[in-house]
Amino acid sequence: MTNEPVIALRGVTAELGARPVLRGIDLTVGRGEVVALLGANGSGKSTAIRAVIGQVPVSGGTVELFGTPRRSFRDWARVGYVPQRTTAAGGVPATVTEIVSAGRLSRTRFGLFRRSDREAVRRALELVGMADRAKDSVDALSGGQHQRVLIARALVAEPELLIMDEPMAGVDLASQEILARTLEQQVEAGATVLLVLHELGPLEPLIDRAVVLRDGCVLHDGPPPRAVGQHALPGHDHVHPHAPAGAEPIRTGLLS
Amino acid sequence: MYFLNYAFMQRALLAAVLVGITAPAIGIYLVQRRQALMGDGIGHVAMTGVGLGFLLSTSPVWMATAVSVLGAVLMELIRWYGRTRGDIALAMLFYGGMAGGVMLINLAPGGSNANLMSYLFGSLSTVSGSDVTAICVLAAFVLLVTLGLRRQLFAVSQDEEFARVTGLPVRTLNLLTAVTAAVTVTVAMRVVGLLLVSALMVVPVAAAQQLSRSFTVTFVIAVAIGVAVTVSGTITSYYQDVPPGATIVLLTIAAFLALTALATPLARRRARAAAAAQPAGDPAECAIPAARGTGEEVGV
Ligand SMILES: Nc1ncnc2c1ncn2[C@@H]1O[C@H](COP(=O)(O)OP(=O)(O)OP(=O)(O)O)[C@@H](O)[C@H]1O
Ligand SMILES: [Mg+2]
Repeated sequence: MTNEPVIALRGVTAELGARPVLRGIDLTVGRGEVVALLGANGSGKSTAIRAVIGQVPVSGGTVELFGTPRRSFRDWARVGYVPQRTTAAGGVPATVTEIVSAGRLSRTRFGLFRRSDREAVRRALELVGMADRAKDSVDALSGGQHQRVLIARALVAEPELLIMDEPMAGVDLASQEILARTLEQQVEAGATVLLVLHELGPLEPLIDRAVVLRDGCVLHDGPPPRAVGQHALPGHDHVHPHAPAGAEPIRTGLLS
Repeated sequence: MYFLNYAFMQRALLAAVLVGITAPAIGIYLVQRRQALMGDGIGHVAMTGVGLGFLLSTSPVWMATAVSVLGAVLMELIRWYGRTRGDIALAMLFYGGMAGGVMLINLAPGGSNANLMSYLFGSLSTVSGSDVTAICVLAAFVLLVTLGLRRQLFAVSQDEEFARVTGLPVRTLNLLTAVTAAVTVTVAMRVVGLLLVSALMVVPVAAAQQLSRSFTVTFVIAVAIGVAVTVSGTITSYYQDVPPGATIVLLTIAAFLALTALATPLARRRARAAAAAQPAGDPAECAIPAARGTGEEVGV
């Protein structure tokens, strides 16, 4: 079964503190697909993603990963995850290498690292352009550099499915392009990607499909809204007088 | 070094070394997950165990181990299910444990608060041969966990959500951390005492952080500091007849202050070395390109 979806949410509902946050979401991601999850702040993007990986209890509907109900899914080495981050420092200093190594644990037996594992860590750091900071403390990094380390941590286990919550947040354009190229290589190698974005940016050509959420419901599921990529700058008015004729204006609410 | 001729000093020093190693070894994970005061809580709960030990005239060390492991598991459960009221439940557990200990020891035949004092603040001269056996067994367990599972514990303590997505048994590892902390409390109980245990778990780690940028190096330095202060504190308390627990904790804090004072010039030297290592033509200071003109022209 090559065409069975990698991620399948059907009618998923979830509450956080008695408040309905997901109100019946359908979302499927096929093998090799790159799907962007869009929507305003608080629309439920992170919650949807965390429902996929089992961090949010689901009150209704079904969640499947690689065709297996999420509850019985155990093959976590196939999944790479980049959480949405504001601050991510523990109470003890840790180097970039130490953080990225944590992502490799799913590929080791009993947490014993072999040479191939160390190699993988080094390669992941090279992919995100952070190899020269390998021995530095993560506390000494900027927000965007930190984000790149978290992406390396997701890549290091060589996952088939990448789930990323705003991986480009705070990353400058040059690094976004590096990361876009990295992601492109992963996709060419057969990876499936589900990622939350606020603007498509340099990733735009990679995106096969966009799913837009509003208030915990799917508002749009189809081709990515092209205009958003170019014009989703802060303060940019979201009405597009020059939107292609016939195209239904997509109100993503990204900036409202 | 003739104090080594006394059997009680040999026992005391062996216990001191084991405490110096194990307390920072588990403490570093507690600090990493920002539960630095968990050891203190367990120490309070362990008092009930000591009390029970006296009342039932069994070994207070093993009784304290059993009760504090139970308390630590309860604390983890409260953390999972407690959510908003969790801190109140924890407070009741801590103070209930302390009050229970005082009550039980008073009920024990021949028990008095003087007995309890040696467990609260440590007492080297009363460390018995069977205490040392217990301490050795328990310390071996702590080291097995903190070293053998260091990568797993690091991952869980750094980012619990991510650890779950790598498939680690996060709940089991959290429970194991809590149980190991509880065991460490009882290892350290005879040397530094229940009320000061937490200091030895936390302060050496804080001191080591002043010098290091990596988790591994922090771990090694913290254990080195731990052993240095427990051994020198034990020897000091032998010569000066001062309470060992208080001596050790004050020495640890002194080490923290000394390293903090040392760290500032060290960081400055590192920064200077980094600047010197930069390739020529890449100035460390910003230079405004000449083409933009002088400040006055721009300012007008
Ligand atoms: N722990 C929580 N308890 C209660 N409500 C929560 C919690 N976390 C999130 N929410 C609510 O759930 C809703 C969806 O949150 P979510 O984090 O999924 O939004 P998002 O789309 O990812 O937003 P952003 O773009 O800011 O990341 C928000 O209205 C938020 O207030
Ligand atoms: Mg979010």
